Amino acid sequence: MSSGLPIMEKEPSSTTLVAALAIAGFLSGIIIIGVYLATFDTIAENKARELREAVFRVLPNVTRMQKLRYDGSELVVLPDNAKDDEETIYGGYNDAGEFVGYAIVNAGPGFQDTVRVIYGYRPAERKVVGMWILESRETPGLGDKIYKDAAFVANFDNLGVDPEIVAVKKGTKSRANEIDAITGATISSKAVVRIMNEAHKKWDARLPVTAPALQQAAE
Amino acid sequence: MAISSKKMNPYDEMMKGLWRDNPVFVQVLGMCPMLAVTNSAINAIAMGLATFFVLVGSSFLVSSLKRWIPKQVRISVYIVIIATFVTVVDYVLLATVPAIHKELGAFIPLIVANCLILGRQEAFASRYPVKLAVMDAIGMATGFLLAMFALGSVREILGEGKLFGVSLFGDNFEPWVIMILPPGGFITLGLLLLLFNWVGERKQAFIAQVAEAERGKA
Amino acid sequence: MDNLIWIFISALLVNNFVLAYFLGLCPFLGVSSKLETSFRLGLATTFVLIITALCSWFLNTYVLTHAPYLRLISFIVVIASTVQFIEMAIKKLSPALFQSLGIFLPLITTNCAILGLAIFATNRGYGLWEGLTFALGAGAGFTLAMVLMAGMREEAEIGSVPALVRGTAFNLIISGILSMAFMGFAGLFSST
Repeated sequence: MSSGLPIMEKEPSSTTLVAALAIAGFLSGIIIIGVYLATFDTIAENKARELREAVFRVLPNVTRMQKLRYDGSELVVLPDNAKDDEETIYGGYNDAGEFVGYAIVNAGPGFQDTVRVIYGYRPAERKVVGMWILESRETPGLGDKIYKDAAFVANFDNLGVDPEIVAVKKGTKSRANEIDAITGATISSKAVVRIMNEAHKKWDARLPVTAPALQQAAE
Repeated sequence: MAISSKKMNPYDEMMKGLWRDNPVFVQVLGMCPMLAVTNSAINAIAMGLATFFVLVGSSFLVSSLKRWIPKQVRISVYIVIIATFVTVVDYVLLATVPAIHKELGAFIPLIVANCLILGRQEAFASRYPVKLAVMDAIGMATGFLLAMFALGSVREILGEGKLFGVSLFGDNFEPWVIMILPPGGFITLGLLLLLFNWVGERKQAFIAQVAEAERGKA
Repeated sequence: MDNLIWIFISALLVNNFVLAYFLGLCPFLGVSSKLETSFRLGLATTFVLIITALCSWFLNTYVLTHAPYLRLISFIVVIASTVQFIEMAIKKLSPALFQSLGIFLPLITTNCAILGLAIFATNRGYGLWEGLTFALGAGAGFTLAMVLMAGMREEAEIGSVPALVRGTAFNLIISGILSMAFMGFAGLFSST
């Protein structure tokens, strides 16, 4: 044994071993909980801000939002800190607290991996008014144009949904429900459209023209 | 494993990680983060710094506590220590730089599985005094950080024509997209290793040549 | 069902654990010199991945709902001890199986593919069946990559590779080519 090592003359009892592990686990638990509590507020705030920015981006003129959940028969308002699930969408409201539109999130397979899309929808006009990609691993330089190419994103600023959204070859867009696909990234473009159509089919009948009124008091 | 009679110099312990025992190019450790998050220089540096913090913190703790850690359960205790530091890094990054945290994603918790960190605890920190252990960890982590940066910057320059997001070649440069995709990671690291081997071999040859010449003189 | 098929194909080919996510590189670069060994290691890894999917699903559903901050530590501890327990059980019950697969188990537990699977499955919010499918696909993908790599390395043994290139550098470059080939699978599911 080298001088650097503690010299072990006899085997320690299993109580010692268990005690050593328990102490290590206990101390580590305390440290982790400490850091978790210290960072909790900032992290929650970051997440909420990210979501808020995404909702404001896809719904023009929206400055306030609230979480809505479909409970099987109608939309109910959720508190801001409630957990999101597949039945959650977001209601967007303007400065005066008037309802503008819904922001809907959906995910599905893209060219490379799952793509998560958020889009703004105005039920009164039956129109999509904005689209943004929350998450994707599409090919850099090609598929990632679904969020890097401003012209492609602008396709969704005033888009009809009837009978459904259709991606057409770039430059051949002629109807209200068509978008120009990205040259060289047709599959990614179509994936976005498919994910949106799927979500629309699911939500269409559930969304009343006016959403539940904004509940939280003005800030 | 016995400490040799020659005195160990903290400075040497630190420098060995940079070149002679570089964790990536010589020991080929930590490949998973090495390839997965080096698609840009900034991600590579963020991951390098996170690993730096975990490695130095764990080495410090393991070396100071080594008297009280029973040999039979040492690996479990090391893993608990490392996992604690990794969780801390994960939350701190999420709170301070959410954009980078999103890019690195699942690879932050995977720092736990980086064999470099556990390897240093078992091979070094558990055997030597705190000062040496920390210097060794700083050296190894810096070597890792430099290797990450080398790979990340090569991939970003060729793959996007940028470094730290600043365009280098103007609009006429056609990016080699493949470099920031997974195959680019494998191939770039392969070529860097090749370069490292080649330089090492040339150095050996040069030393041999000098020795030959001196023998000739004598 | 569509969703499960996508998860499987994605983990097997499009987002192969080794070639696209760089998980499990240590055995991929270290143990892939023999075809036979690689295949057995792949099977053993698939087995551990399935155990991992079960453990992480159980922990996420019943234990960690109120303590997400303990996720990493509990994943590591629970997966490692479950695998060790199963290893002992196999040794007792079937020495033959232990000889062919069991000897790899301790090696696999420290493989980042294992922890990676648990974390990816959690981040994506997979349920039990999705998690199991994901594990099966990831394991099959790992086995496929190992076997292909071993096949190429066995061929390269008898080729005239310069001494300077032999070793890790060479393995990385052929992995790069393999990874490029796998990129061809992208769009497999979404183009229909």
